[in-house]
Amino acid sequence: MPTSPAESFSPPAPTASGFDARVDGTAECAPALSALERRLLDEFQRDFPLVPAPFAEIGSRLGVSEAEVISALEDLETRGCISRVGPVFAPRRVGYSLLAAMSVPAARLDAVAALVNAYPEVNHNYEREHAYNLWFVVTGNDEQRVERTLGEIERRTGLKALRLPLERAYHIDLGFPLWP
Amino acid sequence: MSELQRKLLMAMQEGLPIISRPYREIGDRIGMSEEETIRVLGDYLNQGLIKRLGVVVRHHELGFCDNAMVVWDVPDERVDEVGEWLGKQHGVTLVYRRPRRPPHWPYNLFCMIHGRSRGAVRERIDALTLTHTLAEIPHAVLFSRRRFKQRGARYVFVDAKGESAGA
Repeated sequence: MPTSPAESFSPPAPTASGFDARVDGTAECAPALSALERRLLDEFQRDFPLVPAPFAEIGSRLGVSEAEVISALEDLETRGCISRVGPVFAPRRVGYSLLAAMSVPAARLDAVAALVNAYPEVNHNYEREHAYNLWFVVTGNDEQRVERTLGEIERRTGLKALRLPLERAYHIDLGFPLWP
Repeated sequence: MSELQRKLLMAMQEGLPIISRPYREIGDRIGMSEEETIRVLGDYLNQGLIKRLGVVVRHHELGFCDNAMVVWDVPDERVDEVGEWLGKQHGVTLVYRRPRRPPHWPYNLFCMIHGRSRGAVRERIDALTLTHTLAEIPHAVLFSRRRFKQRGARYVFVDAKGESAGA
């Protein structure tokens, strides 16, 4: 991880299609991070302080002010390094989510991906290198509602989706070690 | 899910506001005191309803430029043992058992591997496939090409009348 000044960070270039990002290793995407940013990213993925002023508490642990913590986190969010500060819900304990896979003809992939993306119920949507080339997760309050959403996507695209519900989780998500 | 849970989760699903008193702000939105909001969040963490509370990183923007979903066709009687083992391996996240969908989808165990380059991800997968546990197990590697969307799950939706839908 380089340690050059934070100003040298440049966000990943948007793709021609205007989608979120390329994830195929062709883009330069390692940001420069300050020591404070690295500690915020590494030490606060879990056990976030449950006290009235959590950012002041984090600041006092790291030897900086509340304002510095808030401004560093806002900056990390603006740069896209974090998606939020908040809860990660246990799968299946809150609502219902379903992994779906579709085999989309190459010429239609951008259009189908955009159609799927437009659903607020879809929270992940990736192109993967396989005959099943579009992978997305549909969420909802319950199984029926999720099935309704996926059924609508199938009707609108004329494509069938594999339904791959979670049966059992073996890995406990304790955050992601960035500098193991 | 209780009405209180539903409201709190809806208020939280976009994350905490990054302000001095975030729990007071969340509480204000749903008619709960700051103290009660903190206590209920603590309860949800203890109960496992919330797996973790904290910074949610985006791998790609932090330099983990590539990822692969690796899927395995594990004999049913071994899938729990192999899944538990795989979940403990370095660099492996989100190890899940899912149903097979024959004839085109024979795989029942899924995991994700993130790395700073495609080569690094490939090396990690090669090392796994050489282990005693996984050597004989058919698998497929699905590298990501484009990410169209990635964000936290939104489980609670509000319909046009402002009510939670799908209850």
